[in-house]
Amino acid sequence: MLTGLFNYWIVIILMMAGLYIVMSSGHLVKKIIGLNIFQTSVFIFFISMGNVAGGTAPILKDGFNVFSNPLPHVLILTAIVVGVATTALGLAISVRVYEAYGTVEEDEITAKDRDNRHRETSVSTVTQGAATEDVQEIQS
Amino acid sequence: MLLVTSVPFDMIEQLPAIQLLLTLLAAPICSMLRNGDLSWRIATAASWASAACAFAILHQVWGGGSISYEMGGWPPPWGIEVVIDELTAIILLLVTLFGALVMTALRQSLTSIMRHQRQSLYYTTFLLCMASLIGITITGDAFNVFVFLEISSLATYTLIARGRDRRALTAAFRYLIMGTIGATFILIAIGFMYMLTGTLNMADLAERLPQHHDNKVLHASFAFFTIGIAIKFAMFPMHYWLPNAYTYAPKATTAFLAATATKVSLYVMIRFIFDVYGVEFAFGQMQLGTLLVPLSIAGILVASLTAVFQTDAKRLLAWSSVAQLGYMTLGLALLNVNGLTAAIAHMFNHAMMKAGLFLAVATMIYRTQTSSLASLSGIGRTMPWTTAAFAILGIGLIGVPFTAGFISKWYLITGALDKDWLPVAILLIVSSLMAIAYIGKMLDVMYFKPAPAEFAEVKEGPMSMLIPCWAFALLTIYFGIDTRLTAGLAERIASSLLGGS
Repeated sequence: MLTGLFNYWIVIILMMAGLYIVMSSGHLVKKIIGLNIFQTSVFIFFISMGNVAGGTAPILKDGFNVFSNPLPHVLILTAIVVGVATTALGLAISVRVYEAYGTVEEDEITAKDRDNRHRETSVSTVTQGAATEDVQEIQS
Repeated sequence: MLLVTSVPFDMIEQLPAIQLLLTLLAAPICSMLRNGDLSWRIATAASWASAACAFAILHQVWGGGSISYEMGGWPPPWGIEVVIDELTAIILLLVTLFGALVMTALRQSLTSIMRHQRQSLYYTTFLLCMASLIGITITGDAFNVFVFLEISSLATYTLIARGRDRRALTAAFRYLIMGTIGATFILIAIGFMYMLTGTLNMADLAERLPQHHDNKVLHASFAFFTIGIAIKFAMFPMHYWLPNAYTYAPKATTAFLAATATKVSLYVMIRFIFDVYGVEFAFGQMQLGTLLVPLSIAGILVASLTAVFQTDAKRLLAWSSVAQLGYMTLGLALLNVNGLTAAIAHMFNHAMMKAGLFLAVATMIYRTQTSSLASLSGIGRTMPWTTAAFAILGIGLIGVPFTAGFISKWYLITGALDKDWLPVAILLIVSSLMAIAYIGKMLDVMYFKPAPAEFAEVKEGPMSMLIPCWAFALLTIYFGIDTRLTAGLAERIASSLLGGS
């Protein structure tokens, strides 16, 4: 029972580890790493599901009678692409966060936002701040 | 809709594909052009053409028909099937029509924050988001739903991250983390279903799942799916990402996101519950109602109350969105014809009103550069037309008779009374009073407070933004009087969904 479901135990361990990292870490890049581990566990889940004991790759030729179900594997190719895109976008946003805040730690970001809110009590400072950013944006 | 008859027959058959391809192909073209104005023209033309297709499709399925289209000519078990019934058609219309209206206003709204070359990339992302939302709506394949859901989410994160405030970045990041966890949960759910049945086609799944109703794998699948999709449409208390994302998304984009993204996710939930898992399994065996009803009511009350105390116009409307999503899930959980009618009609009506409200606020921000309520005071005198549109839409949101909001609330309260849930009906009226409080607060500031000195001279919003705003406002009144397209259609859909089970 235990050994027969070896893959699925790994899936559960990875899934929990990934989710735990996402929740516990305040570092944006570590969060993305956690997210990746979480997604990878699902990839393993799909791949294990498609596997047939003693099966080969789906080759249509004499002598290859038992083969694994290729469909979950193909699905996971798509899911991997989605995962890579998500990771790339997440990292890109982290870089922009670092440029804007000078840190990628969630606590420090929240603290900086809170400071800002205290300073920018009047409407005009918010407007000015945003306006200069725009000018830079248009000039760059 | 009369136009359709003159189009060659073959074209009509290919409509589901054409409608998706219009936006999907316009996206890379826009990205290659590097010319803001030209890309905007192409993007707007593509989205309006897509909306026209949606009208034609609705015309075709009107009265209970359905279209099945084989993508690429591959028959269903192997290829991906596109299935369109009345519910699909109305959501399609929601996405494309409101998307096209927002797209029309988008160019003017973007001019102040982005260079021209960058703009074309922005339209690309916008189009991709729209194309994938269309894809989610029409597909008949469970895995395809996941793929399109992720494309739309990735596009949405990008759109939000372009906000001018740096908090837009953190908002987008949070949404990315939550959204990806949600989507991966849905992927797990689909994996479990595939394990049991060996198929991904929704119609086949619906046929084969009933024999597994006592199987724990299916129970796990359903649990993963419910949580995953609840994160996606920001059901209370999983709405954590929504207020920030809507507040910091740039300009008119919020109008599009508020109108479409959550509604399409909710549509996926309705589709899966009724057409894949089966309503008896979901509400009978898995007791989804006991989860949905208290959470919806809590969401409506907590989010409405939070909205009352907001000092930023966009954030206030975002919280009101969380509350309004509660109405939709409550209508779904009532599980009678009136409740479900309310849920479906309110998806359409709320999308229309909230998109209009956010667009009106975006028009004001275009002039004032800030969305804090304090700086919008007295804007009723400097920008009378924009504020008037805002007022009409706001009154619609409260649910005053002769506006679209009234229709869906009427059905919802009737649905609650049909079940003899008098306390729920009373709570709904209380929550409407809260809506009066927060919309009233905004209107009070806009009309009766003196304008701050630096904004005393702001001009009326530009025409290209005013016209879409007024289109939303007039539609709100129109659908408050003529309910054939909203409540009438929703009622037919509701009885067929409930009758079929």
